[in-house]
Amino acid sequence: MELSHAEDIKKHVRVYISVFATLLALTIITVTISYFNLSVVPAIIVALIIASVKGSLVASYFMHLISEKKMIYAALCLTTVFFLVLIFIPLLAMSDRIH
Amino acid sequence: MEIPYTIKARPDTGLINAKLGIWLFLSSEVMLFGALFSSYILLRVGAVEWPHHVLDVPLATVNTAVLITSSITMVMSWASLMTKDFRKYKMYMGTTILLGFVFLTIKYFEYSHHIEVGEIPSKSTFFAIYFTMTGLHMLHVIGGMIVNSYFWGPGSKMWKTEPERFTNRVEVAGLYWHFVDLVWIFLFPVLYLL
Repeated sequence: MELSHAEDIKKHVRVYISVFATLLALTIITVTISYFNLSVVPAIIVALIIASVKGSLVASYFMHLISEKKMIYAALCLTTVFFLVLIFIPLLAMSDRIH
Repeated sequence: MEIPYTIKARPDTGLINAKLGIWLFLSSEVMLFGALFSSYILLRVGAVEWPHHVLDVPLATVNTAVLITSSITMVMSWASLMTKDFRKYKMYMGTTILLGFVFLTIKYFEYSHHIEVGEIPSKSTFFAIYFTMTGLHMLHVIGGMIVNSYFWGPGSKMWKTEPERFTNRVEVAGLYWHFVDLVWIFLFPVLYLL
């Protein structure tokens, strides 16, 4: 981005403040839900959905991923694939468990 | 030797080198923390029992708010440079560093309490993974604070000679800081709430 885009930046600042307020609200929601004593699976699903929404907001707006160049998207797509492989490796271990 | 593409985008990537560099670094960081999250899942599904709400949730909620606030002050410091307001930049960047200190102070009290009551890594698998993940995250916070302090202090001299390059530097430092915030956003529910 160039320095001449000062007006655009002022608009961005309003978006940043909205994102900030949303992040705080989602934090309060996720903490409140954790006291509801949900069973393990729904609790994990709800907490991870809220965390993913919060993470997406940070990545999209604070890290400007919503308007980035293709090269960065390409690197992140590759990272996502390997990240998912890493996360699902434990499932392989679960299926391999000796009873 | 002059570092190429610090202001103008490199034609083939469409990016300044520092930005591509930080994103590649952050990709490697995703794998680092990903490995730990993967280990956490493995340990948890294999555990006979897993503690619930044994950590200080209110304190960690405050710390989450502190990090989120530091993220907005970080992005505001960059936005201030984009609008050529150096005074505001100093204020927002200074606040970001200060919030980093607040985060570390709260973490210090948390750790002290755990150690005091014998909740050390050797106590259980839960505390082992808790200290590993939050400890590594804390090191990242400290690293970010060192970089941010440099750009707040001696590094900010560049604003007078090469303002665009300095703005890009702050943006790149911001990307790292937001990533640290992002990791905490997942660590918080995983370790404290579930």
